[in-house]
Amino acid sequence: MNSGIDLQGSFIETLTELGLPPGLAKTIWLPLPMLLMIIGATVGVLVVVWLERKISAAAQQRIGPEYAGPLGVLQPVADGIKLVFKEDVIPAKADPWLFTIGPALVVVPVFLSYLIIPFGQNLNVTDLNVGIFLWVALASIAPIGLLMSGYASNNKYSLMGGLRATAQSISYEIPLALSVLAIVMMSNSLSTIDIVEQQSGYGILGWNIWRQPVGFIVFWISALAECERLPFDLPEAEEELVAGYQTEYAGMKFALFYLGSYINLVLSALVFAVLYLGGWEFLVPLDHMANWLGVSETTPWLQVITGSLGILMTLIKAYFLVFIAILLRWTVPRVRIDQLLNLGWKFLLPVSLANLLITAALKLSFPVAFGG
Amino acid sequence: MNLAEGVQIVSFGILAVMMLVTSLGVVLLSNIVHSAFLLAGVFLSISGLYILLNADFVAAAQILIYVGAVNVLILFAIMLVNKREDFSELPNRWLRQGATAVVCIGLFALLGTMVLVTPWSLDTTSPAVVENTVIALGEHFFSDYLLPFELASVLLLMAMVGAIILARRDLIPDTIESQETVSTSLTLPERPRELASAVNSSEEN
Repeated sequence: MNSGIDLQGSFIETLTELGLPPGLAKTIWLPLPMLLMIIGATVGVLVVVWLERKISAAAQQRIGPEYAGPLGVLQPVADGIKLVFKEDVIPAKADPWLFTIGPALVVVPVFLSYLIIPFGQNLNVTDLNVGIFLWVALASIAPIGLLMSGYASNNKYSLMGGLRATAQSISYEIPLALSVLAIVMMSNSLSTIDIVEQQSGYGILGWNIWRQPVGFIVFWISALAECERLPFDLPEAEEELVAGYQTEYAGMKFALFYLGSYINLVLSALVFAVLYLGGWEFLVPLDHMANWLGVSETTPWLQVITGSLGILMTLIKAYFLVFIAILLRWTVPRVRIDQLLNLGWKFLLPVSLANLLITAALKLSFPVAFGG
Repeated sequence: MNLAEGVQIVSFGILAVMMLVTSLGVVLLSNIVHSAFLLAGVFLSISGLYILLNADFVAAAQILIYVGAVNVLILFAIMLVNKREDFSELPNRWLRQGATAVVCIGLFALLGTMVLVTPWSLDTTSPAVVENTVIALGEHFFSDYLLPFELASVLLLMAMVGAIILARRDLIPDTIESQETVSTSLTLPERPRELASAVNSSEEN
């Protein structure tokens, strides 16, 4: 199997050729992918905020932002700068420590989860054995941050919002994990790279979305609920709870919540693309095409093209899902809290369990198609 | 490799200090909510230690189960049952404190002797590096650790059935009331009303 571009190997090789010891070269390399990923995630959020404003405007027959930059693309930057310069208010009777730690505890796990997102065979921060399980585990830290900020604000709306957020994310984590487990069972591995590898070879026909028609719907509903996007944004329902756990927050701490929710949305879309839409795979199998055309897999220009096409495909798939999420937000009404919990426990949980069992049965009876 | 060893020693130091400070905080702080939040810190640093021991799956499971489920449930319980009660001196308080101290010192002595007696040096020929921890864990679960694994699942099943029975018993009077007041009984939306009233009453206290 062709391993594609090895940026790390060639970077360290270049530095050692310049006369640096290999240990030092590796130390210089280590922070680079992490920094790149953090910057990429933040820029991704700016794009999503702009998309959200433009698409919501289109859904409501408005124009949306148009003065800041061409088509208003600089509007999210302006928003961010405004939030940075706002006064940082801590309410008098709030618990100052918990009030400050809360937003950080919401954002940091989401950024950490970007560790496992692959953009190509070697284009990821690290390939972990526990891969997708780490994402599920890290997503379970965020409710503590929400509960912490809800409690520390010393405001009943905040506390209600925090409790609702926690109840919601605990309920929806189970169907989410079960639908991920069905995928893991088919790919025999928790690593995100292996999950994409297992879908490769047949182009669009090999993607997991055809083999998990129920699983992907359960996953998408649960992921939207985990992100607290609009059909499920009970924790911050304006009509009932002012702004939920964000009520007392201002300035940069509020910006952290805002950033965290959008990063989480992009992350869920990326994970969906990896699990069900073949990750960096193109619509047609590229290496087979190259073979037909008589180009060797190890040709440098082919590797550059497949590498950049991989990144592009991952981003296109993820942003298509983000587009669907935004469209859902502006066209679907909000559910009630009891409908939300009933949907999670009484519908999605049994459905995802049945999906898991059926996948196991199909894997045993048709090991060719379901990754025996 | 030097870099890796240095990183390991530094992160072990940070994790150990973090674990000691947070666990002392859990015991010594008077605010129970702060204690509960610090408990999450203890669990997180334990999971960091698991990562240093190359047990990646156990570390992730530690975060998912202890931080994401157990600690959140503890916090939930604290925040929903917020009964304010005046502090009163118990008559024989020294007896309880003495008994607790004896138990704690005994446990400490037991663990201390265990630490001193155990030969910690790893056998150099042992297969120290496991390629895929998940597969290794699964093989152990279904061969030599089958009995503890099955016992634990039966225990969890019992706990789950018990929890469902406890939760259902609270619902019955609520549904009877609603059937009296509303002729078309909507039994499903009853549960949140009860939840909301519990939250409200705890906030009024």
